[in-house]
Amino acid sequence: MVNSNYIIEITNVTKNFPDKVVLDDVSLSVRKGEFLTILGPSGCGKTTLLRLLAGFNSASKGEILIGGEVMTGVPPHLRPVNTVFQRYALFPNYNVFDNIAFGLKLQKVDKNEIEVRVKKALKMVGMTDYEHRDVQSLSGGQQQRVAIARAIVNRPQVLLLDEPLAALDLKMRKDMQMELKEMHRDLGITFVYVTHDQEEALTLSDTIVVMNEGKIQQIGTPTDIYNEPCNAFVADFIGESNILNATMVRDRLVRFMNKEFECIDEGFGENTPVDVVVRPEDVYIIRNAEAAMFHGVVRSCTFKGVHYEMFVDTPDGYEIMIQDYNAFEPGTEVGMMIKPADIHVMRKERIENHLEGVMVDATHVEILGEQFECDAQEGIEAGANVDVAFDFSAVELTDDPDDGISWGTIRFILYKGDRYHLTVRTDDGENIYVDTHDVWEDLDEVGIKISPKALRITKL
Amino acid sequence: MNNFVKFFSRRRSWSLPYILFMAIFVVMPLVLIMIYAFQAKDGSFSMENFHRFINQPEAANTFIYSIGIALITTIICLVLGYPAAYILSRLKPSTARLVVMLFILPMWINVLVRTLATVALFDFLRLPLGEGALIFGMVYNFLPFMIYPIYNVLQKMDGSLIEAAEDLGATPRQVFTRVVFPLSSPGIVSGIMMVFMPTISTFAIAELLTMNNIKLFGTTIQENINNGMWHYGAALSLIMLIIIGITSLFTDSSEDGANEGLI
Repeated sequence: MVNSNYIIEITNVTKNFPDKVVLDDVSLSVRKGEFLTILGPSGCGKTTLLRLLAGFNSASKGEILIGGEVMTGVPPHLRPVNTVFQRYALFPNYNVFDNIAFGLKLQKVDKNEIEVRVKKALKMVGMTDYEHRDVQSLSGGQQQRVAIARAIVNRPQVLLLDEPLAALDLKMRKDMQMELKEMHRDLGITFVYVTHDQEEALTLSDTIVVMNEGKIQQIGTPTDIYNEPCNAFVADFIGESNILNATMVRDRLVRFMNKEFECIDEGFGENTPVDVVVRPEDVYIIRNAEAAMFHGVVRSCTFKGVHYEMFVDTPDGYEIMIQDYNAFEPGTEVGMMIKPADIHVMRKERIENHLEGVMVDATHVEILGEQFECDAQEGIEAGANVDVAFDFSAVELTDDPDDGISWGTIRFILYKGDRYHLTVRTDDGENIYVDTHDVWEDLDEVGIKISPKALRITKL
Repeated sequence: MNNFVKFFSRRRSWSLPYILFMAIFVVMPLVLIMIYAFQAKDGSFSMENFHRFINQPEAANTFIYSIGIALITTIICLVLGYPAAYILSRLKPSTARLVVMLFILPMWINVLVRTLATVALFDFLRLPLGEGALIFGMVYNFLPFMIYPIYNVLQKMDGSLIEAAEDLGATPRQVFTRVVFPLSSPGIVSGIMMVFMPTISTFAIAELLTMNNIKLFGTTIQENINNGMWHYGAALSLIMLIIIGITSLFTDSSEDGANEGLI
């Protein structure tokens, strides 16, 4: 077999729930023995993907292979995987021993062997001598250990873990992370781990799959994902970052904050709008403002344990986040430098909003299920299907959803150094993107207005 | 006056009416039953009533027969009720609420009215009244008391437990026998208690559905008391109370969540 080193192969999987698309054309391969983490915010489809692997849900489209066999229509109890659930899901009617032995008894494993294997699994999770305890008398951490033992005792080909540490406190979580990593090394089986905690993902994984809105955003090693995020979402989600609008002047030269910087990226074309990502620890901060590439004034400085986190305002109105071992008092004039290799250039996913609409009359177009006023259009008859484009900054958001022509909910906020880039999900399910200086919060409901002059209409 | 206000503003004082009610209509009758049961006709202390119960087979036989009928009713209710509760618990919550309503709806009507209607129905269908009709009537009347507690427990069951069992290799049948059924036992215990106990002492249903041909223990007690044999009737009541008390002790200790399923 060609792909025999892949234990899981997911091809073009789509999952529709009655009212929404949860997974949109997801393809993913997992190598044997890999620790793979699916990372994303809540509602991104990561748990659904795991449930498809376990067999609790079936895909609407696409195919899943585990161990080279097609899993379509195979019920959970016949799959070579075991799951560790977020809320443990231990059987309250059995004690610790019987919980762990549950799978082995079903397989009709010899009694003495069950005894040996359960003891070994308990030792592995550090719960020796707990066999006869009632599971409900155990603490959250202990219950999760039993749940892990219950899964690994069956020696599955793949262990699926659904946010197993989410319900534990910070200290316990850190300890368990280390133990999971050791367990993965000792067992040599494939782990597929779902979490929304980026730090956990970076610590544990061989490979991270970043998901958002039902789509895979990026697949890579923790270092790749951190150092070379492929889009603004990934950059924002993983670690801290400065994300700025920029223009690729030509190969190896990018312009942002009204200055040109050397970088190492090529192939974007000339004068192309792009996003740049600079990690806060990659900005060098010095006292001598004159000798630096650009300068600014420190606004705030907070001690974060190992480093100081500072926000610096530049004269052009940008805000840069910097992490450094040295503290600079607020009010200090400082200079900053960035190495070419530390400037990560990313293609913009879009540079303006595009919606499909219908002309109502010469000065009105229907988009987002409402009629928006537009400049008089010549040569487009009423009823024609049109493409409506408008700039991110042309959208005005209002506090009261009823004040706008349409309304929506803020789904994602990206700070771009001098402005916020918002993703607004409108009431009829479209996304529009808005640049604004106003501060909004996630899930705020807002009214949407678009100035008539800003709408650029072309007939389809 | 001040004391009066103080007395009524204490929350404890508000329970007084009910305590009074309990004392007069629950505690006192129980005490009277105790006293009457251990008295001979002339009012002196005696075990005569209990000797009579043991030596005269009629009442004892009725008692055993009643327990038999109650057992059969309970078993039929369980066999019919468990699958019904299970199916209900799998339904969408909105549909389930409607169906549960339909199950409970007959209970809004007085038990005598329902039983008289059953008699009319048997008449209309030209079916004989008797033992069969009696069991039918009992099951009809007590089935909701079995379904509801079981449904309640099943419906609250954590779905991830079922998924965990499937995940560990259990077939749908094994999921049921090893996880769902054991975890629903508090509901079953509740259901059995709520059907078995009242059926032992039923007499109205028996009278109406058997044309007074079959006597249950409840009927015997009622007859004795109606005929002025208060002492013997009290002794029979006491015996029944003790038996019911013993069964409830049994079930109470088995599961702490036993009463969780009660309506």
